[in-house]
Amino acid sequence: MATSTVPAPLGERLTRIWETAPGLYGVIATVDHKIIGRRYLVTAMVFLVLGGIEAAMMRAQLAAPDMHLISPEVYNQIFTMHGVTMIFWYAAPILSGFSNYLWPLMLGARDMACPRANALSYWTFLMSGIFLYTSVPLGQMPDRGWFAYAPLTELAYSPGLNMDFYAIGLTFLSVSTTVGAINFIATLFKTRAPGMSLNRLPIFVWGTLTTSFAIVFAMPALTASCALLFLDRRVGTHFYDAALGGSPLLWQHLFWSFGHPWVYIVVLPAMGIISDLLPTFCRRPLVGYTFVAMATVTTGILGFGVWVHHMFATGLPATAMSFFAAASMVITIPSAVAVMSWLATMWLGRPVFKTPMLFAAGFIVLFVIGGVSGVATAAIPFDWQLTDTYFVVAHLHYVLIGINVFAVMAGFYYWLPKITGRMMSASLGRWNFWLMFLGFGVGFFPMHTLGLLGMPRRIYTYHAGMGWGWQNLWVTVGAYVFALGVAVFVYNVIWSLVRGEAAGPNPWDGPTLEWATPSPPPPYNFAVIPTVGSRHPLWEGRLDETESRSQLARGPVLDAGRDTFGTTPLDAEPDEILRMPEDTVWPFLLSLSILVICYGLVTGVIWLGIAGAMALLVTIAGWFWPQPSMTPADGEV
Amino acid sequence: MATAANPYLLPINPAERKNPGWWAMVLIITTEAMLFAYLLFAYFYLGSMANTPWPPSGRPELKLVIPNTIILIVSSGTMWWAESGIRAGSQWRLRSGMLITLLLGIVFLAIQGIEYSRKNFAMQSNAYGSLFFTITGFHGAHVFVGLLFNVVVQLRAWLGHFTAERHLAVTNAAMYWHFVDVVWLVVFTSLYLAPHVM
Amino acid sequence: MTMAQGRSTRQLRRLVLASVTGGFCTACADAPLNYMYGHGPAASSIARLGWWLVIVSAVVVAIVTILVVAAALRRPAAREPMALEGIGAHGGLSWIYIGGLLLPALILILSFALTLGSLHATTRPPRDPVATVQIIGHRWWWEVRYVDRDPTKTIVTANEIHVPVGQPVRLELTSADVIHSFWVPQLAGKTDVIPGLTNVAWLQADRAGVFRGACTEYCGLQHANMNPIVIAEPLMAFQTWVAAQRTDAATPTDPDAAAGQLVFQKSTCATCHAIRGLETLGRVGPDLTHLASRLTLAAGTLENTRGNLAGWIANTQALKPGNDMPVMTLAPNDLQALLAYLETLK
Repeated sequence: MATSTVPAPLGERLTRIWETAPGLYGVIATVDHKIIGRRYLVTAMVFLVLGGIEAAMMRAQLAAPDMHLISPEVYNQIFTMHGVTMIFWYAAPILSGFSNYLWPLMLGARDMACPRANALSYWTFLMSGIFLYTSVPLGQMPDRGWFAYAPLTELAYSPGLNMDFYAIGLTFLSVSTTVGAINFIATLFKTRAPGMSLNRLPIFVWGTLTTSFAIVFAMPALTASCALLFLDRRVGTHFYDAALGGSPLLWQHLFWSFGHPWVYIVVLPAMGIISDLLPTFCRRPLVGYTFVAMATVTTGILGFGVWVHHMFATGLPATAMSFFAAASMVITIPSAVAVMSWLATMWLGRPVFKTPMLFAAGFIVLFVIGGVSGVATAAIPFDWQLTDTYFVVAHLHYVLIGINVFAVMAGFYYWLPKITGRMMSASLGRWNFWLMFLGFGVGFFPMHTLGLLGMPRRIYTYHAGMGWGWQNLWVTVGAYVFALGVAVFVYNVIWSLVRGEAAGPNPWDGPTLEWATPSPPPPYNFAVIPTVGSRHPLWEGRLDETESRSQLARGPVLDAGRDTFGTTPLDAEPDEILRMPEDTVWPFLLSLSILVICYGLVTGVIWLGIAGAMALLVTIAGWFWPQPSMTPADGEV
Repeated sequence: MATAANPYLLPINPAERKNPGWWAMVLIITTEAMLFAYLLFAYFYLGSMANTPWPPSGRPELKLVIPNTIILIVSSGTMWWAESGIRAGSQWRLRSGMLITLLLGIVFLAIQGIEYSRKNFAMQSNAYGSLFFTITGFHGAHVFVGLLFNVVVQLRAWLGHFTAERHLAVTNAAMYWHFVDVVWLVVFTSLYLAPHVM
Repeated sequence: MTMAQGRSTRQLRRLVLASVTGGFCTACADAPLNYMYGHGPAASSIARLGWWLVIVSAVVVAIVTILVVAAALRRPAAREPMALEGIGAHGGLSWIYIGGLLLPALILILSFALTLGSLHATTRPPRDPVATVQIIGHRWWWEVRYVDRDPTKTIVTANEIHVPVGQPVRLELTSADVIHSFWVPQLAGKTDVIPGLTNVAWLQADRAGVFRGACTEYCGLQHANMNPIVIAEPLMAFQTWVAAQRTDAATPTDPDAAAGQLVFQKSTCATCHAIRGLETLGRVGPDLTHLASRLTLAAGTLENTRGNLAGWIANTQALKPGNDMPVMTLAPNDLQALLAYLETLK
């Protein structure tokens, strides 16, 4: 094993330099990517549970025809909150959590390139979620669906604060997402270990990188659409008002320009998780690494050219639609490449069915189901039938649960031992997998047939004569079984924290750099900055894949401050030392200021908004005021 | 590798390299530029869908906006002068250049305000009014942020924080200001010139 | 007792049958919105495309599932847990060339060709439409207008669209408020109903029958209860219906109904609802001139019976919470008279 033993004095010195201050100050001021990553993971899982509770309420109402457990008013709020929570506050942040925790470890760095921005992206994520959920005690939850089509969202048709929470909350969250994405890109270009060239990046890193670029280009479309909605509602503009020159379709174009790239944002890193753990459990390198990496990037780019397939029923010209249908079909090809790579890796390896591998295998099947049902939505005339029916609900849940949640589960079982230092229970893991897999199949597969039988989305009840009763009962039962699986997962996490056996640095014999650190990794990640010689640094001796060898035990130490290497963007040659910032409360205070502004905007209390804006200015100035530690002392240069 | 023996032979946070702050600024500008792109998409989309004349209030007046555009272009020049000044080590060029930029920026906003007051439509009049005031107002907000940026950096310039080697904040402020200027040229072309040509 | 037992055995049998067959086959017979079987040229063409996609999808999923399971069983894990299958790190690319690029490309090209074919068959009707129907979406009902060059011959009705069998009918769709989507799946795909725009669509029924539809763009509280119905009937019957709809409401002869007419005119009913032949100006709610000739009430929410109508008038907010119709507090006598009158509006 290539894991190095750190001489005690060096370890202590590095720990002193890198560890977060104790007490409340440290809680608020930490910039450690591992702490931030853990917080992301926990917070996103809390949102998953909240969204799950909302789903459970909906499924109770829909279990049988003509039920009246929930009024239509409440039902509309719940299904909207379910969608908004899962899509925005769970699906992307959970992946950010993994990326935050794992990127520096996988890349051989000591932190992200912009640790303070990292803290900012977490605090804004948390506070935007708190802001959104303030609407719950007020009884004014967003209630116009996660894609919130105007003009139903306009003041005339939605007089409460519901959609203000939506528009402001999403704009707030977009700060978090954008800051996070910028940080990942900067990290990739700046702080990889020497030798970690682009062709050696884990696929998960490719996934998050592609996603981050997609966010930089797509997120403003959501911000714009929400800002214009807010202006329409609160200032009296007419962007979406057909009577005065606006257009309801403007919302749809803007929203889906963002919305479709977003689909890939919440799946590409998840696909990367699978691509990276399959080699470990199939005991061989991934088949077609370059193809998979290129497929990831291609998908991210093509994802910008398909938004109109969400709008086939709006009465667009047939020629234009044909173009978007073709693009939507072409985007299947890179996904097929990934699937074939996974299958070949399994086929040509010797799969070991530990819990992460169970989830990965289940993931592949669900991925294909979610993929082929997506092709159906691209076939324009068929889309005219299935759009806004449960077929689409089935499709998007195969994507969001099959591709996101199953990969996330695989990721947790794979990396939680790294994060906590303790193994999870394998037998509970099997229960977890089978409950979720079977519950998902029973619960969500019939949604396809319900869709083909014409059940529309977003109806709070349906008549007995429609022929949907039995299958809806199945769906409800399956969804509850699935929820039980999630409960087993939570129990397993707690079990592992209390009883789990020590994991050791590399419990699965994984090939990549994160397994070269102790579990859990120390605050400084790597005592010695590794020098990477191949795609599988920990397998080199056994694989004989390449001539060059990674150096993990000996090499540069960097112990004069919070230092890590700055490396060149393509080949990762070290050309400078980056002295990283100390703990700081500014990111927390900045997020708090934005929260105050948001409350000012939603309530219309002007002084609150102004107070928040003033606080925002002060915190930004404080943030960028030069820190003594950032400028090196004379003689060091 | 020589650095393996003593990595501290490498420079620490050297200013001439593209450090994380530089990357962050470039990416922020990219995402902001996309925001304007989406807003301009909204303008052209609603314009192309309109069944009334576009703009409904007639072609926009150019008397004020052309000089104003020139002012903004000149301010980009003075900003460049300031930044290249500090690169050559001239505190005087940095301070005076940024001060002139600040004043030109304030004049730009003032003239924009006068132009607003002369419009015979408002944000609430129709979708065109909403677009016109939102896009130009949004740009104006960016000018305002650029001015705040300028004030903070200028304060530091007068405190003598910058040297020929170390002036990332100046570089970022300049980059942002040029971005605001370029965006204005696109907004000006789309909202003011295009109706006269098309 | 035995009847109840008989019913519960029947239900049990259906449950078992549904479980065995995946629910689909038993359900499709009595699922009126099932679009995998069309009864018009557009819907039939789309259903053919749909079956192709469903079958190809099922085959692809089956093959991948078999490969995953086979890969899991093919080679047991090595005895030495640290062993690696390193050899041929570049092997296996043929999987990607064939399974990832070639086969998907072929399937997709074929699917795209079929899509274009079906698009061609569904965007335009096979021949000129015989009638134009304007459909205006309201929260939460459908206003239906048969436009005639002679404005006095224009028919205004609600939620139910009569069409002649075997003839294409042109639809002009727009909305009075928010976006809705008009969908009668066994006749044609859906078209969004968007304020400020008029979308044109068409449908044709190849056999006589009652075809249910639904609003399929979420439009607020009662999105679930905004269901149009298309009634396809032979040309003669259709023409008879048209002629009948063009007439004004008859003056009631029955004294009860005559009293009901007065109730209608004097209560708030007339503020919102029009009955041609009476001097009522209401345009907010559905036109009631021939209410009694309709199959359902409240846009497919209730069957059109006297009991349901009484319940609807007295208790509209309980039956369709949030709809614009206020709860009417009428004296029992007045309600009975009103019902008698409304029942005469054939």
